[in-house]
Amino acid sequence: MVERQSPLEPEFHVGSHGNFEHGVEILLTETKPGSIVQLAAWPGEEKKLIASIRSVTGLALPDGAGGGSSDGVKSVFGFAPGKFTVADEAEGLAASFAKAVTPSVGTVTDLSYGRTAIRIAGPKAEWVLAKFFAIDFALPAFPVGAGRSTAHHDVFAQIQRTGADQFDIYVFRSFARSFWKALCHASEEVGYEVQ
Amino acid sequence: MLITCPYCGPRDVIEFTYQGDGNRERPDPASQNFEAWNAYVYDRLNPAGDHNEIWQHSGGCRAHLRVVRNTLTHEISSVAFVRGDHGSSARHKAEDKA
Ligand SMILES: [Zn+2]
Repeated sequence: MVERQSPLEPEFHVGSHGNFEHGVEILLTETKPGSIVQLAAWPGEEKKLIASIRSVTGLALPDGAGGGSSDGVKSVFGFAPGKFTVADEAEGLAASFAKAVTPSVGTVTDLSYGRTAIRIAGPKAEWVLAKFFAIDFALPAFPVGAGRSTAHHDVFAQIQRTGADQFDIYVFRSFARSFWKALCHASEEVGYEVQ
Repeated sequence: MLITCPYCGPRDVIEFTYQGDGNRERPDPASQNFEAWNAYVYDRLNPAGDHNEIWQHSGGCRAHLRVVRNTLTHEISSVAFVRGDHGSSARHKAEDKA
């Protein structure tokens, strides 16, 4: 496979920034998954698709809307009725799912080159994200593993909580750099580090 | 105004797109009944009160929703998937609205 370039690169400045004299309260990075895949089940085929996700990734989906899980290497979450985003550090996930998900069950869409995954972590992660999105980021309302579909100024964002104070945000690759810059600006007042 | 999406939960109206009057019944595409087509395109109830509407959660899960909205108060008394309940994926009932 060819080496993938980051769309963030011209604005990706490793180090501490903003008001960090009293410590860094936000960590920003790009997770660069090798695979990002969206799966959609035809009506009534959701359970079969969830079984395929389990057999391909080893991840079990908790019941209910927006449920998800992550083992640190692979991640999955629901983002719409019968639809799931799956990411893997390794490449080739779409090919594995193309074998496991038959056309009678649903569809597989490879978005590995279409989305950029940005991770925001730290004690002020909820606080910074609350400036962007009108959704409840509190842990009881948005548990670890769960996913949310929302938008920032009409730019779609899928957000998965991958830790108590850690979120992975999937945005369109073509909008990723401007979203990244906005995220950096929003983190300035609490001090942030790019890793 | 908040709309409680059956999948996503309560969200600001800015995430939704209005898709029109939910009372319309589209004639069969092959139909030559011009009165039925005229009614479908132009006739509206325009009630001062509860109104059946179609909305899309375009800035979220993108599901199409049947919404009953009071045109006087903006109170929303019910929200459901247009396509049915999608098995177990609905978690937010209209009563949960914030
Ligand atoms: Zn929704």
